Amino acid sequence: MNTIVVGQLQRQFQDYIVSLYQQGYLDNQFTELRKLQDEGSPDFVAEVVSLFFDDCAKVINDMSTSLERPDHVDFKQVDSGVHQLKGSSSSVGARRVKNVCIAFKECCDVQNREGCLRCLQQVDYEYKMLKTKLQDLFNLEQQILQAGGTIPQVSMN
Amino acid sequence: MSLFHVLGFGVKIGHLFWMLCCWFVSWFVDNGIEDNNNNKSGLLVGSVGDLEKTNKMTTLKKKNFFNRISTCGLKIPSFSYQFLGSVKFNKTWWRKLVVAWVVFWLLVSIWTFWYFSSQAMEKRKETLTSMCDERARMLQDQFNVSMNHVQAMSILISTFHHGKIPSAIDQRTFSEYTDRTSFERPLTSGVAYAMRVLHSEREEFERQQGWTIRRMDSLEQNPVHKDEYDPEALEPSPVQEEYAPVIFAQDTVSHVVSLDMLSGKEDRENVLRARRSGKGVLTAPFPLIKTNRLGVILTFAVYKRDLPSNATPKERIEATNGYLGGVFDIESLVENLLQQLASKQTILVNVYDTTNHSQPISMYGSNVFVDELERVSLLNFGDPFRKHEMRCRFKQKPPWPVLSMVTSFGILVIALLVAHIIHATVSRITKVEEDCHKMEQLKQKAEAADVAKSQFLATVSHEIRTPMNGVLGMLHMLMDTELDVTQQDYVRTAQASGKALVSLINEVLDQAKIESGNLELEDVRFDLRGILDDVLSLFSGKSQQKGVELAVYISDRVPEMLIGDPGRFRQILTNLMGNSIKFTEKGHIFVTVQLVEELFESIDGETALTPEGTLSGLPVADGQRSWENFKAFSSNGHRSFEPSPPDINLIVSVEDTGIGIPLEAQSRIFTPFMQVGPSISRTHGGTGIGLSISKCLVGLMKGEIGFSSTPKVGSTFTFTAVFSNGMQQTERKNDPQNNNNQLMCSEFRGMKAVVVDHRPARAKVSWYHFQRLGIRVEVVARVEQALHYMKIGTTTVNMILIEQEIWNREADVFIKKLQKEPLVLSPKLFLLANSVESSMPDAFCNGTDPPIVIVKPLRASMLAATLQRGLGIGNREPPQHKGPPALVLRNLLLGRKILIVDDNNVNLRVAAGALKKYGADVVCAESGIKAISLLKPPHEFDACFMDIQMPEMDGFEATKRIRDMEEEMNKRIQNGEALIVENGNKTSWHLPVLAMTADVIQATHEECLKCGMDGYVSKPFEAEQLYREVSRFFNSPSDTES
Repeated sequence: MNTIVVGQLQRQFQDYIVSLYQQGYLDNQFTELRKLQDEGSPDFVAEVVSLFFDDCAKVINDMSTSLERPDHVDFKQVDSGVHQLKGSSSSVGARRVKNVCIAFKECCDVQNREGCLRCLQQVDYEYKMLKTKLQDLFNLEQQILQAGGTIPQVSMN
Repeated sequence: MSLFHVLGFGVKIGHLFWMLCCWFVSWFVDNGIEDNNNNKSGLLVGSVGDLEKTNKMTTLKKKNFFNRISTCGLKIPSFSYQFLGSVKFNKTWWRKLVVAWVVFWLLVSIWTFWYFSSQAMEKRKETLTSMCDERARMLQDQFNVSMNHVQAMSILISTFHHGKIPSAIDQRTFSEYTDRTSFERPLTSGVAYAMRVLHSEREEFERQQGWTIRRMDSLEQNPVHKDEYDPEALEPSPVQEEYAPVIFAQDTVSHVVSLDMLSGKEDRENVLRARRSGKGVLTAPFPLIKTNRLGVILTFAVYKRDLPSNATPKERIEATNGYLGGVFDIESLVENLLQQLASKQTILVNVYDTTNHSQPISMYGSNVFVDELERVSLLNFGDPFRKHEMRCRFKQKPPWPVLSMVTSFGILVIALLVAHIIHATVSRITKVEEDCHKMEQLKQKAEAADVAKSQFLATVSHEIRTPMNGVLGMLHMLMDTELDVTQQDYVRTAQASGKALVSLINEVLDQAKIESGNLELEDVRFDLRGILDDVLSLFSGKSQQKGVELAVYISDRVPEMLIGDPGRFRQILTNLMGNSIKFTEKGHIFVTVQLVEELFESIDGETALTPEGTLSGLPVADGQRSWENFKAFSSNGHRSFEPSPPDINLIVSVEDTGIGIPLEAQSRIFTPFMQVGPSISRTHGGTGIGLSISKCLVGLMKGEIGFSSTPKVGSTFTFTAVFSNGMQQTERKNDPQNNNNQLMCSEFRGMKAVVVDHRPARAKVSWYHFQRLGIRVEVVARVEQALHYMKIGTTTVNMILIEQEIWNREADVFIKKLQKEPLVLSPKLFLLANSVESSMPDAFCNGTDPPIVIVKPLRASMLAATLQRGLGIGNREPPQHKGPPALVLRNLLLGRKILIVDDNNVNLRVAAGALKKYGADVVCAESGIKAISLLKPPHEFDACFMDIQMPEMDGFEATKRIRDMEEEMNKRIQNGEALIVENGNKTSWHLPVLAMTADVIQATHEECLKCGMDGYVSKPFEAEQLYREVSRFFNSPSDTES
């Protein structure tokens, strides 16, 4: 019984993570990140990811206050925020966030305020989306672990 | 004479001309310079006071200029190009100048022509004058002589005819006397005497004489022919107041006797004038009686008494007794006279009576005139009433003025030539300038194209490299997954191809970099022998597979540590050896490293290269030919090569017994992308860029590369390179690689080995490698000798090394002998073999331990390991370098204390997680400032990974600060101020700092190195790259533990 549940959960997990890759939410780096997690640091991925999301929230907040200032937009500050987001997202493997960041950075370079605002919205959307998706993923993981199974290795193609 | 003159004149003209040219050109240039100067001074100073200075300068320049002109007349073209070319002249100005030049010289030549022809005219005139005057004078002289004589005769007559009674003279006496004295009167054809007879005396006179006085005017009116002349037919003279009948006459004029002179018009006037003046009087020329020729009659009056010179005409008339006349036949006489003179042909002479100016009477000469030029000389025949003159002309027209024409024409031609030269030069200069301009533009275009090409290459290569890294990484990951054998094979092939592609791209990048001159060599210390071992190990697999013997020999005199660019040196060697191994199927590949000086010394000793002397016994190409063309050597024979002491001049040769290079391809061997032929690349692969890069790299190392190759025999590539000696520093003990070597050495120090090898070259290689381990080596050619040596040897022999070749031949003998008389302390037996498979001795009998096989190529580490195994000493496991990178990384990083600096929390965590996974002890820092405070020496960190783009202080800046601190610390340590702290072995601080960067652009990499970083890893970490970078600083933990 249990093994069936575990198997089901594992398959579900596998499908889910593959769909995340296929939809472009995640990339190879996330796999690498998962490889780094071992007995010594069992919550490594969750830790890093939550750190990432916290960062995102903070940086996006900062940037939006910067961009919404009517008189003078400090693009330098926005740029550093984008840079940080880009670095973090590529480290975590948040592909869509990273791609938006690249576009964001281009807007920032030409000081296109409208574009920046649009990108900011997108980033906000993407990271929140990813957050819910990963939350689901971690929940699945927890379920598997509770059911006594192991997290399956996912081969990416 | 005249030719000489012409020549001299020509020379003079030439000289003058040259001077003019010089002057002309200099004036020109000076003007140009002056203009420039004035402009400059106007621009720079803008004050009038400086003009003087400028002028001085100009004169100085002028002087210079003239000096130059006089010294280097031949250099004019190049020089004028320099000067004239640099000054931009207006083209139209030049043209005007040329026209002015031509006009000027045209005028000069016209003047010359005029001058010369007038000169000639003058001379002609002078000649004519002198000739004419000479003739006139002669004529005058002769006439005067004749006149004097006629006068003398008149006195004779007055004395002997009138003074004596009876007269002493009759017709016969007179004619005889006159005939005989006619030579005294060269111009007279005859003389006659007429007496004054008054009408009152006529009858008596006629009676006395026996004839009547006859008139002659009728004769004058009807001149008769000479032959028809009949005196009797003449009419008797009519009645007159007085008569002057001729009584005496010379025979030549005897026909005038009895003629009344007063009856002739001319004669009458003459007679009257003569008796009035008492002087000789001349008639106008008139045709003579009888002869009808033109003649002049000179008449003297004969007086009764000697009259005083101031007697009045009346007295004279009173005293007149008679008249003596002399006939001058001018025509014939002048003819005779002129006959006597030289050059009578050249001139025509005319004599005129010009008493009546309007109607001169011609006395002599024709009126045919050819030449305009005429000379008139006055003749004075003693009669003031009559005026005569002589007119002379040249018979021929004046000759053409050839000289003046030639001269002026010559001048004109030269001037035109010079004008042409100037014109040609100017147009040439403008053309060259245009061409030059065009070429410069083309050059710029070409350079731009080249730069664009290089940039394109670099960009494209880079763009390819980045995704290739992804491909390779993926393939690598794929290999970690569970695959079946076929899949693994595919993946391995794909990975190998990918790696080949990346290396090709790297090569292309290198080429582009070299072409754009961006490639700079490092200056780091490195162990040459270590590098050769590495390269050897790289090719050992292939050589063993092919059964080709691979060997390295490095001379003792090459220092252990050199300073240079090990990576590039290695690249050259890899290229050459890669080529060699690609094209060699049997025989050997032999790398020799020597000092250049050593090479020279060795050639002095022995030069003969017999096939037997080579490594594998196969013939090789003559290596000397590969380097004898090197510039450094060939300047003045070998000996001139004097290396500067701190530099180490290495000469490295790679000798193979491959297929060689076809002669027709040898010339383009160093051209990029040129291979021997298309078939080669098909059979052997490769792009053909390697040798070209090698050549460039060798050039950068201040060396040269050359080769000699004999098809079907082999090739030898030789290159030289200049390094600095790395042994001067005293801190060599700390060098890890050196440490390693010394460790190996210590184990074998003092041991003795016997190498049995009959090939000296191969034995030398073996000797070199054993020597490196501290083993003393004795080389013998045969097994018996080895055994003999061991028997008599005073020291114990620890090992015998036998070449496989000899072993195959003499194994039986050896074993038998060894069994027969066993040695007290049996040395260990080793076999030197080319490959593992063939080396298993089949002819080996049981009873003795099988010999241990050392597989060539010999390398220090491998040799040491095998010997250790064989001799059973130092059971230390050799450091395993081969294994998956992750494992090795773990080995490398285990227990290392590593600082990670990144402002991005997420990145920090991920990096830390990655390094922790490999067992490193990770400390995190969020900013550069914190990192600096942590890294202030002394500290215990083994390495630092640093993000580049950070707020407040970026990675470059932080690294610089860290390096500054370290340097300060090192100084203090050297000065003994700071104690060497707990990290006892650290006498100098240099923390490996690696940049972490997301963009792997070359520029960033270079920037990293510039700031003192040791390398960079891309973010997120890739195991292989991490390993590559980290392994440069860390040795395997076992090394550091021990």
